[in-house]
Amino acid sequence: MSSVPISQWPSEYKYSAPVAGDTEMVNVTIDGVEVQAPRGELLIKVAQDYGTYIPRFCYHERMKPVGMCRMCLVEVEGMRGLQISCATPVVEGMVVTTQSPDVKEAQDGVLEFLLINHPLDCPVCDRGGECPLQDQTLAFGPGESRFVEEKRHFEKPIPISDLVLLDRERCIQCGRCTRFAAEVAGDPLIDFGGRGSSTEVITYPGAPFSSYFSGNVVQICPVGALTARSYRFKARPWDLSAVETSCQSCSVGCRGVLDSASNRLVRFLGVDSEPVNHGWLCDKGRYGYEWVHAKDRLNIPLVARGGGLVPESWPQALELATSVIRDVFDKHGAKAIGVLGGAQGTNEDAYAWARLAKGVIGTDNVDAQLGDGLPAEVVIGMERATIADLDSARAIVLLGPDLKEELPVLYLRVRRAAVDLGVPLVDIGASNTGLTPYAQAVLRHLPGDPEAVTEKLAAALAGQPTRPDELRPLLEAIDKRALIQKEGPVVVVLGRSSVAEAADATVRAAAILAQAGISAKFLSALPTANVHGALDLGLAPGFLPGRVTLAAGRDELAKTWARVPEEQGLGAAKILANAAGGEIKLLVLLNCDPIADFPDGQLAKDALKNVEHVISLNSFTNESMRHADVVFPITVWGEQRGSISNIEGRVARLGRKITPDGSTMEPWRIATELAARLGHEMDLESFTEVQDEIAQVAPAFVGVDSKLISWARDGAVLPVADHAAEITLALSSLDQNKRSAGVSWEPIPTSGEDTPGNGAVPPAVISPPRPAQALYSWAKQAPERTAALADSYSLRLVASRTLYGNDLITTQSPSLARLATVTAQLRVNERERDRLGVADGEVVRVISSRSSIELPLVVDPSVPERVALVAINRDAPGASDLVDINESVTDLRIETLSKPVIKES
Amino acid sequence: MGFTDEDRVRARAIIDRYPHAKSAMLPLLLLAQDRDGWVTPEAMEEIAVWLGTTPALVLGTCSFYTMLKREPVGDLVVSVCTNIACLVNRGPELLDGLRSRYEGDTAIMVEEVECIAACDRAPAIQINYEYYGPVDTTAAVDIIEQYRSGALQARTISGSSRGAK
Ligand code: SF4
Ligand code: SF4
Ligand code: FES
Ligand code: FES
Repeated sequence: MSSVPISQWPSEYKYSAPVAGDTEMVNVTIDGVEVQAPRGELLIKVAQDYGTYIPRFCYHERMKPVGMCRMCLVEVEGMRGLQISCATPVVEGMVVTTQSPDVKEAQDGVLEFLLINHPLDCPVCDRGGECPLQDQTLAFGPGESRFVEEKRHFEKPIPISDLVLLDRERCIQCGRCTRFAAEVAGDPLIDFGGRGSSTEVITYPGAPFSSYFSGNVVQICPVGALTARSYRFKARPWDLSAVETSCQSCSVGCRGVLDSASNRLVRFLGVDSEPVNHGWLCDKGRYGYEWVHAKDRLNIPLVARGGGLVPESWPQALELATSVIRDVFDKHGAKAIGVLGGAQGTNEDAYAWARLAKGVIGTDNVDAQLGDGLPAEVVIGMERATIADLDSARAIVLLGPDLKEELPVLYLRVRRAAVDLGVPLVDIGASNTGLTPYAQAVLRHLPGDPEAVTEKLAAALAGQPTRPDELRPLLEAIDKRALIQKEGPVVVVLGRSSVAEAADATVRAAAILAQAGISAKFLSALPTANVHGALDLGLAPGFLPGRVTLAAGRDELAKTWARVPEEQGLGAAKILANAAGGEIKLLVLLNCDPIADFPDGQLAKDALKNVEHVISLNSFTNESMRHADVVFPITVWGEQRGSISNIEGRVARLGRKITPDGSTMEPWRIATELAARLGHEMDLESFTEVQDEIAQVAPAFVGVDSKLISWARDGAVLPVADHAAEITLALSSLDQNKRSAGVSWEPIPTSGEDTPGNGAVPPAVISPPRPAQALYSWAKQAPERTAALADSYSLRLVASRTLYGNDLITTQSPSLARLATVTAQLRVNERERDRLGVADGEVVRVISSRSSIELPLVVDPSVPERVALVAINRDAPGASDLVDINESVTDLRIETLSKPVIKES
Repeated sequence: MGFTDEDRVRARAIIDRYPHAKSAMLPLLLLAQDRDGWVTPEAMEEIAVWLGTTPALVLGTCSFYTMLKREPVGDLVVSVCTNIACLVNRGPELLDGLRSRYEGDTAIMVEEVECIAACDRAPAIQINYEYYGPVDTTAAVDIIEQYRSGALQARTISGSSRGAK
């Protein structure tokens, strides 16, 4: 928990801040035991922290109190009547009784009232068996009802969104869901309607609760009023088994509990990890587990034979792949081999493949990023911020993608910092994002051209006396903030806002901020699940595992590895260009599909058409593997143990919940198998052995061995020497067993090891070793500016991602597939539309230097002038047909297909 | 109908009276009801835009208050009390009488209400929130018809005497 009690968060709603903010400790007596707590902290929380659980329904630790259910009544000496402990701040000398005949009678009464209109259809309720109303009625309730009249009736479940159903009869009006929607998600699409006994949770007709975070309300509803379409009637809580893991739908790495029944994943719940996700998940992460069971999953190796891909046994497929690698190596050398992808796997996968590619084969043409990220040297070498740094930042600068679309739970955290904690927010970008409404300064620029506004901002943040008008509210907010938060870094959330422009422009803006002397720290916003782990473990040209360059790490690593590449290899764009040009003869695709994922679709197609050999590891077939020699089916999230690194570089463990159908293999094991066949035993037999080897050979990972990974409850941020104080270890092996299935409505604490009872004892204290070698640090330099001048008749393309698109997680998960938009649209504002003289929805011709395609034009008032937006994660024809990776920006000309309509004036 | 530009100017002035825009929700809903005779979906949607919130929150607030009508009710709302003092003074009979008299009449809505704090005049009614009592069916009909003919000047459907239509 942050040091400021929840009741004292500055907020638009002052009702929840009953006392002045301070963290002075006061003495409180609870049931005869004297305890210390920060003044103003809520009584219910203080009691809980000291082991006294006061029953509650409406109070939730991560939201402001409302005092709606009256379940938490206690006696406070000197105060008249019973007090609701969820809205009573503690003060010096308070004496509290939580169990007395009066309290018991009150609890009896509250429960009897709550049950008056409750249908008690527990046998057909998803919540039955893990229901707080059941539990508390048993523990604190009267055991019988005097109500003999007819209960109120509503139509049984009605959908409030595509994912969530509402049974109004079961609702106890606690307001958890409505408060979550308004306060946490910022999507107040549900509210209480009516009053008295006909109060119900409502949506506005035609405006469903289509929040990206809707699943959280199902998790925190204290009864079975809100249920998830994906989980309804799938299992009973007592049939579930659970494991804690990290979400891998994006790179925030939210902690969660994965529940299965009969070897099927059935539910994913958020775990309350203070440094990461506060218990929340986005809907994509929450319901995206469904793809694991998709019908089309690959479950047997395929090899090219007779013009197609046919099933083959593992030994044969491995032999074939080995001979392809050996062949190309013998004839053309290591440089004729390129390895793409690896950003979707685990750290162990990334390390083993880096070792195979660089240490066994000897090629440095390795890149985990498919032209959609930032240069590896920036990401690996920049001064890193943690997610928690956002809370105590002097200001937050957004220089990257729309977090709501790409890193949803990070969006929640930034929003909370801005709205609840009062951290000033700056939005730099070419178009509006989900956070724009909360920003004190919105700095718009033409796509590919952020320097001018960034320089102005940097100067102002550095204390230059002139205060440009557009920055005045920001600087005032910073001054105000300085009263409570003098120090603290400026956290720059850095990512790639559009793949239609070269990354250079973003890097230049980042360099400006890095050099401005404002103690800027960077939080990466690259969204691909484990891209940070992949980069940290050497799946980038010029780098070796552990954030060191080839030159710096060579000597040390040569002790373990057979070889280390002599010179820096190529990045994805050049690898593909060389494959298209014939210099690269073999492409290894690590769980990636360049034709769909690379921004320049034409280049990717040419590359895969011309390259002689392809070896692909994947869980589905795709266009890029059409001419593959070998396809290996891989084990995925939920089926594989290991670790990942999130945007902060936090290494956290992944749990395994089910055994895969068919015969798939973990990617790291495929690497060791191939290495062995190429004559190099890696001597890695289990994922823990891989982890221990990483801790030994990768400088940034020193200290992060299998033991630490398994016992650190919230993972460990690299390098651990700098972050040791933030690591919480599981206390004892008893602690491990706390992770039981079916506890979902209260914040679920993080836990240690996912296989209880293995007898291991956690390291008592961490004495973090410092890396022996200096880790790579970014020179804060950027390439020269090349941005083309905009001409007045073209629009400049912004190609960004939306949460639900044509990606596999969305399209292969039935719950999400219905939400996806897979066809591309050209979005422009009204003015541009009028200038073109076309109707909304009309198909227009879109011409770039690359090609010309037809797209429907849609009016979007949030798009600035001279800009056109096309989402990148859409099926062709789309943005990737328009982008030329060698151009610094993508300018578009739009033509109408029909004869121009003469408009009446 | 719907909001006029004049209403919009007035709405802005109302919003500016409060430190938080959302505080203006009720006055704006009343403004809408006075304009259209009921709170139309279009009005709720426009108010949501003015207040920078969602129609769901406007509907949530609007549906809490029985005096805010979300369906057309005609020109006159006749509220008949049947709570204890009126109950013993033939309030229910009055209600039945008025209901059958105005059944199908789209200009007049008869509704049953709880105590309207006019027990001393039981059975009491309100016509667009103007008090009358004690009355029987005949007397009540007589007053209602005076309003209908314009002989008596009615308040607005929200009970406001200002800008009565
Ligand atoms: S639906 Fe659930 S969370 Fe929402 S108010 Fe009702 S009981 Fe509370
Ligand atoms: S924000 Fe990312 S990591 Fe968190 S639940 Fe969503 S997809 Fe998963
Ligand atoms: S928990 Fe305190 S009133 Fe609901
Ligand atoms: S009971 Fe009818 S006015 Fe009080």
